Amino acid sequence: MLDAVGVDDEEQLFDIPEPVRFDGEFDIDPRDERAVREEIRSTLGRNEDLVELLGRGHYGHYVPSVVDHLADRSEFLTSYTQYQPEVTQGFLQALFEYQSIVRELTGLEVANCSMYDAATALAETALFADRVRRTSGDRVLVPDLLREEKRAVLENYADGPDITVDTYPTADGNVDREALADRLADDVILVYAESPTVRGTVEEQLSAIGELADEAGALFALGSDIVSLAVLEEPASVGADVVVGDGAALGLPTSYGMGLGLFATREEFVRQVPGRLVGASEDEDGRRGYTLTLQTREQHIRKERATSNICTNQAWVALRTAMHAAALGPSGLVDLANREVRRAQALAARVDDLDGVAAPVHDRHHAREFVARTDRPANDVAADLREAGFAVHALDDHEIQCCVTGVTDEQLDAFVAALSEVAA
Amino acid sequence: MTDYDQARFTDEDGEGYEPLLSEKDATSVDVDGPLPDGLTRDELELPELAEPELARHYTRLSQMNYGVTTGPYPLGSCTMKYNPPFTEDVAALPDGLVHPDRPEDATQGTLELLYDLQDYLGRIGGMDAVTLQPPAGAAGEFTGILVAKAYHEHNGEGDRSEVIVPESAHGTNFASAAMGGYDVVELPGGEDGRVDLEALEAALSEDTAALMLTNPNTLGLFERDIEEIARMVHDVGGLLYYDGANLNALLGRARPGDMGFDIMHYNVHKTFATPHGGGGPGAGPVGVVDRLAPFLPKPRVRKRDGEDAYETFDPEHTIGKVHGRDGNWLVLVKTYAYIARLGDEGLADASAKAVLNANYLAEQIDYEVPYGPFHHEFVASAGEQDAADVAKRMLDYGVHPPTTKWPEIVDEALMTEPTEVESRDTLADLARAFDAVASEDEATVTSAPERTTAARIDQTAAARNLRLSWQDLE
Repeated sequence: MLDAVGVDDEEQLFDIPEPVRFDGEFDIDPRDERAVREEIRSTLGRNEDLVELLGRGHYGHYVPSVVDHLADRSEFLTSYTQYQPEVTQGFLQALFEYQSIVRELTGLEVANCSMYDAATALAETALFADRVRRTSGDRVLVPDLLREEKRAVLENYADGPDITVDTYPTADGNVDREALADRLADDVILVYAESPTVRGTVEEQLSAIGELADEAGALFALGSDIVSLAVLEEPASVGADVVVGDGAALGLPTSYGMGLGLFATREEFVRQVPGRLVGASEDEDGRRGYTLTLQTREQHIRKERATSNICTNQAWVALRTAMHAAALGPSGLVDLANREVRRAQALAARVDDLDGVAAPVHDRHHAREFVARTDRPANDVAADLREAGFAVHALDDHEIQCCVTGVTDEQLDAFVAALSEVAA
Repeated sequence: MTDYDQARFTDEDGEGYEPLLSEKDATSVDVDGPLPDGLTRDELELPELAEPELARHYTRLSQMNYGVTTGPYPLGSCTMKYNPPFTEDVAALPDGLVHPDRPEDATQGTLELLYDLQDYLGRIGGMDAVTLQPPAGAAGEFTGILVAKAYHEHNGEGDRSEVIVPESAHGTNFASAAMGGYDVVELPGGEDGRVDLEALEAALSEDTAALMLTNPNTLGLFERDIEEIARMVHDVGGLLYYDGANLNALLGRARPGDMGFDIMHYNVHKTFATPHGGGGPGAGPVGVVDRLAPFLPKPRVRKRDGEDAYETFDPEHTIGKVHGRDGNWLVLVKTYAYIARLGDEGLADASAKAVLNANYLAEQIDYEVPYGPFHHEFVASAGEQDAADVAKRMLDYGVHPPTTKWPEIVDEALMTEPTEVESRDTLADLARAFDAVASEDEATVTSAPERTTAARIDQTAAARNLRLSWQDLE
């Protein structure tokens, strides 16, 4: 091969001027496969063995083995974006099915085939609202309880087009409707609300929020997650123009915050959608086939006028999410969501019975987590629970938050026992 | 010639090549449960498949999909390497699958791995500080642009309004700069396929916030004037941004930090063999020189002084966040595993083989290949043929085609990057596929493909009559 290209040595092919040549070492020793596996196993083994009742936007439902085995098929895993649809019909169909599942869950006609995570999906929604409501203003309204991380991502995306991020107050966990109405004005382009909220409550006034946004000429974006959407009010029917949130609650275990950003909207806005869309078409033999479509929205064609810079997305996670949804089916999905509601309710009642704790703090329905008030300082309670092998959030001086997702019933029994020891 | 037919599962009466989930089952359930009716939907209709049916559905779909393990995948600029499966095993280790809100001292293993990866990437790129948060290359670009913007604002130079991008750059460069609020100044290429210093001089001004550059560029050519380019950009107070898409060509031989770049992103898929997953997830870590480190996203990971313990911290002038947490953890573990497996020699060898393979294949094919010699990729010209048609016809020969029609500096571009993983025999297969198509008549080429799962898909019909879900097909 060297002869064919006319060199004696590969080094002669590197056309790098001497002054910028690197003659040093990285000082990274190669290790064989077994050693690397052992090393990483050992390193990660330093993570403490904890039962996590953490939630707050990151949920690890049990993922059936069949999902791992099918998604890990190398034809899926090692393929590129489907720029040659004739040899990638399999992945395209799987993504088309994912879009269809999201459509059923949201009632919105157009679902893209993923954003990075819930935070970036929300941030993209602000830019999206800026495009479809370009003339009306530059303010987006988010709840004061929005996770700080989501807010921080939103602020960064909002910076380029000079969008202003303002908050509106919540009351007892949910949207304070009157306060929201006071904050609304003609320059608002987006109202964002969540259900379930970050504190686990189910929003009761979605239709009213949608109407308020509509009257102000703003889009209404609803943040949720793919499991809760199976039972909560259909977003389209309460006036949501956009649904964003976490899709990785299905298909992916908690992976240190790695997610799947849901994004769905109404058909009228399809040309402003960020990210990839898979559409059905026909091939030359007249059979149904699938392809990436409306690519003129995207960066590789539209460059600086693209709807987003997103290229690589979370396609393989979307594949896993669709697989998990299909494995559960509608009855399994509804059962799963309902079971989490019941388990959270039951846990709150048991916690409430303990000395030194009152739960839930909010007089609301809860999806899978709730806030409890502690007599002792919340940080002390959380620290003591940690000693007993349980992780909960300490929210403020006397509030902890507990989530049941991913925790077995036996572990919840042990948690109640541990809490009873440390709460009073 | 590899005689490769992708498996077909056609049903003579059926419309597609594998029925949709919704065609296999549609079950509607009433939504009753512990929540009051007013807060719930009435019903939910979705497919419900028994596990064996589910397994067959997705197995069939996988068989209608071409991956790196199927055959060569010489997509220029996409760097489709083989993805070692052991990295999947380490990513799946239960100890790493933790909730992001755990207390830090309960996540020491995770933080240690992230710290070590920051360190590895810094050494490989010649950068002083690294964030692992951006969840993809484009997110890395956006992060780098925000860092540049924050730096200029911090220095009272927030009125710098332009980012310069070569015309042959990846589309994400333009889009990321625009998302950061910058005006994009497109830099025309020079006749030798490299940056034209006179054009650069003309584009640079006190409005310049940054120049985004990849090196080697998309033609596979090293920007030999990189030192001069860096000096020119820095002279007007701008920053030099390195798009890491082509770093696979330089491992162990040159580092962006040594070339004068201030900011870079790493494409871990392209350089460190994390699987592309049919479109993602990726990771786009960003490295910077010291003076930009205080602006990186929060949090970063550091080692506690004098202890074998790790902690997160917020850089002093942090831009905030670009991902809801700390990026795509599973992908970062795979990145670490690949780097650890290869080490210095393996990484340097990967680049040597990648560059040799590109030059060898360029020599073997009948299509005209302007420019050269090359680093990791070359751009051939399909000449009188339509490059998109050539690509479709190459599918019939059992190989994945190159990237087509880009960069536009070459007519009917066939941008080809075989990567280091292909053997001489496989390169010969690729060359035979190129040459077979080059010699074929127009009718044959334009009617291709004929041996793939689906015949040519009508893109126009897809866009004109939008059907984005199975509900649209009913």
